[in-house]
Amino acid sequence: MGDLQTAALALAGSQQAPDWLASVRQRGAQRFAATPWPNRRTEQWKYTPLSALSGKSVQLPEPSGYKVPEADLIDVDAYRLVFINGVYSPDQSDSLPPEVASFSGVNDDQVALLQNHLGRLADSSAHLFAALGEATSAEGLVVHVKAGQSLDKPVYVVNYSVGEQSFLASTRVLVVLEAGAEAEVVEQFLSATDDQANLVTAHTEIVLGDNARVKHYRLNLEHEGITHAGGVFVELGRDAHFDGFAIAKGAELIRNDYLLIHRGSGAHVELNGVYMPRGRQVVDYHTNVQHRVPHCTSNEVFRGIIGDRAKAVFNGRIHIFADAQKTLAELSNKNLLTSNRAEIDTKPELEIYADDVKCAHGATVAQLDDEAIYYLQTRGIDKERAQVMMSFGFINELISNIQNEAVMNYLLPVLAKQFGRENDLLQLEADTLDAL
Amino acid sequence: MLSINNLCASVEDKQILKGLGLDVKPGEVHAIMGPNGAGKSTLGSVLAGREAFEVTEGSAQFDGENLLEMDVEERARAGLFLAFQYPVEIPGVSNMEFLKASVDAVRTHQGKPELSSVEFMKLARETSKKVKLDQGFLKRGVNEGFSGGEKKRNEIMQMMLLEPKLCILDETDSGLDIDALQTVADGVNAMRSPERSFIVVTHYQRLLDYIVPDYVHVLADGKIVKSGDKSLAKELEAKGYGWLEGEVA
Repeated sequence: MGDLQTAALALAGSQQAPDWLASVRQRGAQRFAATPWPNRRTEQWKYTPLSALSGKSVQLPEPSGYKVPEADLIDVDAYRLVFINGVYSPDQSDSLPPEVASFSGVNDDQVALLQNHLGRLADSSAHLFAALGEATSAEGLVVHVKAGQSLDKPVYVVNYSVGEQSFLASTRVLVVLEAGAEAEVVEQFLSATDDQANLVTAHTEIVLGDNARVKHYRLNLEHEGITHAGGVFVELGRDAHFDGFAIAKGAELIRNDYLLIHRGSGAHVELNGVYMPRGRQVVDYHTNVQHRVPHCTSNEVFRGIIGDRAKAVFNGRIHIFADAQKTLAELSNKNLLTSNRAEIDTKPELEIYADDVKCAHGATVAQLDDEAIYYLQTRGIDKERAQVMMSFGFINELISNIQNEAVMNYLLPVLAKQFGRENDLLQLEADTLDAL
Repeated sequence: MLSINNLCASVEDKQILKGLGLDVKPGEVHAIMGPNGAGKSTLGSVLAGREAFEVTEGSAQFDGENLLEMDVEERARAGLFLAFQYPVEIPGVSNMEFLKASVDAVRTHQGKPELSSVEFMKLARETSKKVKLDQGFLKRGVNEGFSGGEKKRNEIMQMMLLEPKLCILDETDSGLDIDALQTVADGVNAMRSPERSFIVVTHYQRLLDYIVPDYVHVLADGKIVKSGDKSLAKELEAKGYGWLEGEVA
């Protein structure tokens, strides 16, 4: 057992939890204790260095007076829930509709739902950090929308890491949409400074009934010092839609697992993602799309820009079961290395047991288009600037396709800043082009 | 303005320009016509400074400077503009951002302050109206999903924004319908001035009905084989390029 494992289990044991959660935590603790710490030969973690993590010293968070700076928040009309180091902060959160509750505010129906579903898709026997999250989960939220209903506003979840110490911040999200229900969930992860070194585990489980639809955003915008290990685990009923977007700016380590399971025919998964680690940051996305039934579709596009001595891992698995005839599955992963010491490990993994399917995948390490750079130069733009513009353009294609305008308008200047560009033009473009 | 002497250039070791000479004075419009494969587009690329094209002999002076020693962006900033035959699509880079970066680069070179975003957007909007390009195109990726005509209008719009000294139009008429051709020609004609020169490269005489040149040159097998006034274009239209082959040899 690694040092972190021992420490985390001790912490978990010392923490109070309501009865319904205590048994979940106990299961997580047992599994976490039983899981061998990954080493270089562990396939799931082969390319992801965990050495820094095993010796990391963390403590349990306590309620604090910290506030998320207003400027870091997305200007979106939504039901907002704020977690500071994993602790729910009611006074920074909105009053919630009956469909949404924090763990501290759940009613009996919601408890029953949590008992049924928590840890079912984010299987703690299969995912190391799902086990850690389960063992230490104290807070989170549940969204439950009944058949045919839709939430009138997005649920906006803010996870803020702050303070001198390093905390173990565990949160869970459970979304259950019954048949025909609709919801939108924005998860944002922030940290106060480069030095802030929380270990964040955040697991989100989404259960979609027949014809249910969810739009989901997972925005990892933490600073340098954060280690984040979490994931999004989704089950789709007949004709259900999952429309997801993921972004990771880069930190000490960001590892996100996506598991998307088609359980009913006609279901569709759309997942776009971008990552852009710099310095010595590490970002790792493992996605796993399981086509278990016929006539489902999935379309996954991830793009990364890796600079300096940073590292990115993309592992895109598509598993088409023998029954899943007429599956249409696409996966594209394009990467841009802007330094010769940057590293990308990209690996599409296809397992196909049905014979009448269409499955396209591509993983590339791209160069910037010389023709386009020349074109920009002939307009007086110097080569370096042209390269920056094009790098930004490489991911901006995905950013500008984000359907939630508030999220898009929030991300554009954040990314522009990362690429050292002025952002007032972008802002103007978004706000006032038509008004001028 | 531009003085080209005995220019020889090759691409991938294949010689395309074989001793081309051309003098363009301020305010003049020169048309360069010629059969396919004569080197018309190569001339534009060599003058713009495209890397793949190697100048093996000869010289080109632009405003008294050695053009061939300048970087691509330096040529643009010094006032040379090439309107592409096939403008490049750059998804993800917004047309507005691109145009502003371009205008700012040229203004900075001229010692002028950069335009504020608001100033620039007003200017861009007015200019887009002149070339009948819907404002929506300003928000889109550079040339991304533009039709042939829209791309050419975008080229002319850039030319108007940058106010270059020398404009080289490389087969700007190719693939244009009459309306777009008229718009492009109106744009060019509006920019004609005693200080500004144009080199209009085209395969067809049609464009020269709209942009009337001072001189017409025939480029064949890498050099200028015949020069004349605008009536030469009519003659070429009537007779084709075949009758010139004797003069090439």
